[in-house]
Amino acid sequence: MTARQKQLLYVGAALLVVMSWTFYAADGPQTTAVLAGTVRAATLLALGAMCGMIGERSGVVNIGIEGQFLLSAFAAFTIASMTGSLFLGTVAGIGMGLIMGWMLAAMAVGLKVDQIIAGTVLNIAALGLTSFFYDRSRSLGMGKYTNIDLGPLAEIPLVGTVFFSRPPLTYLTMVLLVVVHIALFRSVWGMRTRAIGEHPGAADTVGIDVLKLRYFNVTIAGGLAGLGGSYLALEAVGTFSRAMSGGRGFLALAVMIFGRRTPFGAYAAALFFGFTTALQNQFQLNNTFDIPPQFVGMLPFVVTIIVVALSGLIGSMRDPAALGQVYEKG
Amino acid sequence: MSRSLLRTVAIPLAAVVFGLLIGAVLILSQNASPTAAYSALVVGGLGDADSFLRTLQKATPLIFGGLAVAFAFKAGMFNIGGQGQLLVGAVFAAGVGFGIDGLPIFVHLPAALVAGALAGAVWGGIAGALKATTGAHEVIVTIMLNFVAGNLTDWLSANPWKDNSGNNIVARTPLVEDSATIPTMGAVPVGFILAIVVAVGCWFVLERTTYGFEVRSVGHNRNAAQYSGIKVGWIMASTMAVAGMLAGLGGAVESLGVDGRFEAGVNVGLGFEGITIALLARANPLGVIPAALLVGLMEAGASRMQFKAGVAPELIDVIQALILFFVAAPIIIRWVLRMRADNSEQLQLGAGWGKS
Repeated sequence: MTARQKQLLYVGAALLVVMSWTFYAADGPQTTAVLAGTVRAATLLALGAMCGMIGERSGVVNIGIEGQFLLSAFAAFTIASMTGSLFLGTVAGIGMGLIMGWMLAAMAVGLKVDQIIAGTVLNIAALGLTSFFYDRSRSLGMGKYTNIDLGPLAEIPLVGTVFFSRPPLTYLTMVLLVVVHIALFRSVWGMRTRAIGEHPGAADTVGIDVLKLRYFNVTIAGGLAGLGGSYLALEAVGTFSRAMSGGRGFLALAVMIFGRRTPFGAYAAALFFGFTTALQNQFQLNNTFDIPPQFVGMLPFVVTIIVVALSGLIGSMRDPAALGQVYEKG
Repeated sequence: MSRSLLRTVAIPLAAVVFGLLIGAVLILSQNASPTAAYSALVVGGLGDADSFLRTLQKATPLIFGGLAVAFAFKAGMFNIGGQGQLLVGAVFAAGVGFGIDGLPIFVHLPAALVAGALAGAVWGGIAGALKATTGAHEVIVTIMLNFVAGNLTDWLSANPWKDNSGNNIVARTPLVEDSATIPTMGAVPVGFILAIVVAVGCWFVLERTTYGFEVRSVGHNRNAAQYSGIKVGWIMASTMAVAGMLAGLGGAVESLGVDGRFEAGVNVGLGFEGITIALLARANPLGVIPAALLVGLMEAGASRMQFKAGVAPELIDVIQALILFFVAAPIIIRWVLRMRADNSEQLQLGAGWGKS
């Protein structure tokens, strides 16, 4: 990031804080609701973006995140409802995410299927399987994950409710953002991962097993999407419904691109996208403006198109050099 | 059957067989009989004139949807936005279909079809133009446009174009005028004939015209095409517009020939099936026809399968995903059938999200 971009970032952040406090002073409950909704929506996007990021940093495009969310949400919900344990449900969701990550790796890395087609297979399969096995009579008897107050931190007005009085998987996501950041940029694994995404041939010559690492990374990344599915079913909504991921797996990709394939960047972008979603919900609830809900509903998607178009124009946002390419050991 | 044709169809055929076999395992897991389910499926799709008509009706938008994906494939692009293009095509065709009164059928019907085709072309063209000018990846843009189209068509059918007859509360347009309704000739809907004609037209354009040659050149090697003087940006933008037009036509035929109106939520998923069809057809416009007929048959028979064998109709979606998987990963089939490798089999789209 250049100094100028950093300056812009700080000014923007400061503006955001001032604005939120002004709104909070004017209308406390509404502002809190919108900002809490922002964090809620951002969690899923951040998990999906991290999943996509680890894949792309290693050179594998994952457009199957949508399907990974959906099938993991289904697994998490079904197991939680069968065992009565949200924890076991979450584990099942992560497990399903890992399986789907492995399947994507098997197709895209092992069988050398075109990566975009491989992701599409996941999406279509997830939609079909969840619809086929969907059992309307199931429910979560014990309810979904509830908020945990982080002691005195939760007492801070606005910030406390928005960030420190959240359900467990949201906290876990925030921790994972830090973990993934350190892993990607401060560990040997991260260096190797970025190497096989930029120049697999060179990585190979210094003894990195490109295919094996890609397999591993795409599988692990699937676990993150699996956590996202668990979050969706067990924390955000509290039930499963057909096609409930509603395009957020694709939005996560835009969030990832917008956040320059870094965890913190992605979280900032996720908060921005989450904000548009939360605003949309609030508008719908209160009829604040005389805008049809469908137009507000378009907002995140239109913003994504603009972001992706701009990211193509702004040269500094560069894809990993070997992204989307099959690696053949030569 | 010549040897080369046999080789070409071997993988898709085997993929269908494998898909059905795994589907049978799923049916068994639901404590139902696969033979009963599959025979109900076939009878439901081919048993009598009515079910045959239904199969053709189901296959019609699938042909258009498959062509929309296949045509873009030829230029090396993945049009995953068939859904959105189909929706805008369906709603605008219905809009012209019910909105104008008193025209003869030979003016009104073509006008409604053209409205749908144009709407789809605009929708696909946006993605193509963005790809050509900014490098924005068409996969992301078309997916996003799907959601925008969903919202836009919801709004149109729930507000300005809403059917206010009786005490209707559903988001749908009024029925289209008789003069904009696609007729049926015996057991064959005219929309299906149109789809066949368009498929042959696509084949002709791609294989026998200069434009088609340029499209395929861009698909084979963008840099080489650029170097040889082909306007790559224009080819990409126009190819996506044509692809969108094809999907839009499919939506128009749905509105004017099958549903008689546009209703929000009715056509969901049709656009995505186009991907399966196109891959099953190996992106060949003529291959799209049998592929669409096969899937159309399964869809036409699905409700009978549920009724007779107690198998959820969503099984069809699972089988489609399986077929897609086997077509996309022919190496598995080759391994089972002990076939030799063939370079033409693998479809590659690749590349990142930005400039390429």
